Amino acid sequence: MSESKHDTPMLDELESGPWPSFISGIKRLRDDHPDQRINGIANDLLGQLEHSYETRKGYWKGGTVSVFGYGGGIIPRFSEVGKQFPDSKEFHTLRVQPPAGNYYTTDMLRQLGESWEKWGSGLVTFHGQTGNIMFIGTSTENTQHFFDEINDYGFDLGGAGPCVRTAMSCVGSARCEQSCTNEHRLHRELVNNFTDDVHRPALPYKFKFKVSGCPNDCMNSIERADFAVIGTWRDDIKVDEAEVSNFIEAKGRQYVIDNVVTRCPTNCMSLTDDDRLEIDNRNCVKCMHCLNVMNKALSPGDDKGVSILIGGKRTLKIGDLMGTVVVPFMKLESDEDYERIVEIAEEAIDFWAENGLEHERCGEMIERIGLVNFLEGIGIEVDPNMVSHPRESSYVRMDGWDEEAEKWFERKREAKLAAGSN
Amino acid sequence: MALEDMRRPIESGCPDGMQYMHPVMVKNFGQWKYHEHPRPGVLVHYAKSGDAIWTVKAGTQRILDIYTLRKLCDIGDKYADGHVRFTIRSNIEYMVSEESKVDPLIEALEKEGFVVGGTANSVAFISHTQGWLHCDIPGTDASGVVKAMMDELIDEFKNCRMPNRVHITTSCCQINCGGQGDIAINVQHTKPPKINHDLVANVCERPSVVARCPVAAIRPAVVNGKPSLEVDEKKCICCGACYPPCPPMQINDPEHSKLAIWVGGNHSNARSKPSFQKLVAGGVPNNPPRWPEATAIVKKILKAYKEDAKDWERVNDWIDRIGWPRFFELTGLPFTKYHIDNWRGSRKSLNSSAYIRL
Repeated sequence: MSESKHDTPMLDELESGPWPSFISGIKRLRDDHPDQRINGIANDLLGQLEHSYETRKGYWKGGTVSVFGYGGGIIPRFSEVGKQFPDSKEFHTLRVQPPAGNYYTTDMLRQLGESWEKWGSGLVTFHGQTGNIMFIGTSTENTQHFFDEINDYGFDLGGAGPCVRTAMSCVGSARCEQSCTNEHRLHRELVNNFTDDVHRPALPYKFKFKVSGCPNDCMNSIERADFAVIGTWRDDIKVDEAEVSNFIEAKGRQYVIDNVVTRCPTNCMSLTDDDRLEIDNRNCVKCMHCLNVMNKALSPGDDKGVSILIGGKRTLKIGDLMGTVVVPFMKLESDEDYERIVEIAEEAIDFWAENGLEHERCGEMIERIGLVNFLEGIGIEVDPNMVSHPRESSYVRMDGWDEEAEKWFERKREAKLAAGSN
Repeated sequence: MALEDMRRPIESGCPDGMQYMHPVMVKNFGQWKYHEHPRPGVLVHYAKSGDAIWTVKAGTQRILDIYTLRKLCDIGDKYADGHVRFTIRSNIEYMVSEESKVDPLIEALEKEGFVVGGTANSVAFISHTQGWLHCDIPGTDASGVVKAMMDELIDEFKNCRMPNRVHITTSCCQINCGGQGDIAINVQHTKPPKINHDLVANVCERPSVVARCPVAAIRPAVVNGKPSLEVDEKKCICCGACYPPCPPMQINDPEHSKLAIWVGGNHSNARSKPSFQKLVAGGVPNNPPRWPEATAIVKKILKAYKEDAKDWERVNDWIDRIGWPRFFELTGLPFTKYHIDNWRGSRKSLNSSAYIRL
């Protein structure tokens, strides 16, 4: 470290209080680390951050940095005040895809840490909001060295820019009784089918996959993913009657009425006079509430599969959009099932790549062209599960009615035949 | 280096998590029966096979230095089974196959300053973005706001005293990378961008900047003889969408970039369909290093929710039941003309009924 330590009176105030302090962590890198390169980066980073706190402005600018063979995956940062803070003037982040479900051994974390200590700032976040490991802060040159090293032992960059982004999946089948699918397999089948689209940004804008094993949607997929997959089931909720009795005994009848029965969004439950829970499964919308409250007594059914919702995104440009149902239910067990879901993703991305405007998310395109045009583009038939209610506006030309109605009846006949042949 | 000598990437994509997973989790994959919550920060999951796995969850500073990462690993090796995972809100979870390991693990984590908690009906760790530490367009810091806020909310992280879980998020600009939350603290700019006309022509691709504006308030113009852009300030909604593609259109302002607070975002389908967050407070000063004004409002909202909501009601469920007038009454926050939405589709947010709580 060539110069003296920058004064950081404002940042110092973030060292008090009981929550762990990131400032204390950066100071340890500045003061205690044996590598002078890291001391210098930490010192100048603190200096620039203090400057931001004093002036209430950011001083990082983007640019173009990548690794050989890829076009994305790095968030380039060049300091606008690099003359004052030269050791952190290049401070790029590498977005690295974590193992599906975010599982690590301490050995692997140490190995990643050692590589980063060798080539980077020593600052890392598990994980950023899209789901990447964020290796925060290195020079343009060391970006390549660090990537080469971790790529050799099995880690790859995630997406940055207009491309397929790093995906996310929940804790899932590995530890959760509500899981209705193999989240991690699906996560990898989806995103690893698009590695070219992850590494070489050429889409209208970003495209995110998220997989949640049940409708609790711990991955926030409906609100944050262009392609949300949610585990679900279509037979009856499984009821362990002995556990229902235990629950009622422990919590009381009124608790069950107030916190389970009356919270059902479709009023499909009732508590009988002899303390049995009756469920009108035909009207269960799989909201998960009763299973969450009585997780020992109630479980998802056996006939499991997934729902797909497309088009979720945050604010810019046209406002927040949630994903909408495009596939109400499909089985996800055989290799063919996995091939089919990957094919649906390919159809959706191809259609959007063709028809999306620059910087237009898939959901925004659907908003612009209408869901029906999108469905026709990706070869999926309409289904009443896709809407909260049918059209309210009479401003529509409907001279194809008879043909469209016939398509519906034809699909019904086919479904009946298929069911009969099983 | 000659091109042919460059190392070509191995496009391996997302690694398989199974190789790092705790053996009890591998063995019982897809075969879990139920879970219990013996104390805040601890979950125990029981498998159909009769196996069980204990999870201890701890909050950290999220921006981890290598020393902290090693400390977390040391604890994982000495007191746990060497297998960890990170939650979507950046907490670390240690999995152990014996109950006897739980208490010493908690003790070791707490001794090193980590905070065990964040499960069930607690205030979870605040999910946040990069801010001044790394982002190119931030209106505020992220890690600092969250550190200051968690210092005040730590007891609610360590305990489960809320009606249901509370997810808080922060975002440093209106793109809102922090996402939806029961409570969200987001930058809200209040003045149009200040344009450095000398730089626009060299730095910005003008047609894409024009296309980026949600309200078509930007148009090409020649200023001081140079091609530039101008903003119709009457139309401008101060969202900052033009700033990322055109940095000379500076939107961040030390004085006029404020914080706004939103409530009721809920990603879960439980009890009701997922919901987006709604504006409740604006004009909150962006006041480093500890942002006391924002924290005070968050605490006010949490207090009202904690006292008034029923068991299992998330913030959105609670407000759906009591109505917005009561929310503003209970929190003491002002209701203004800015709370009435005028964006596309907003008519659906107006009350077109005689349902009025009087």
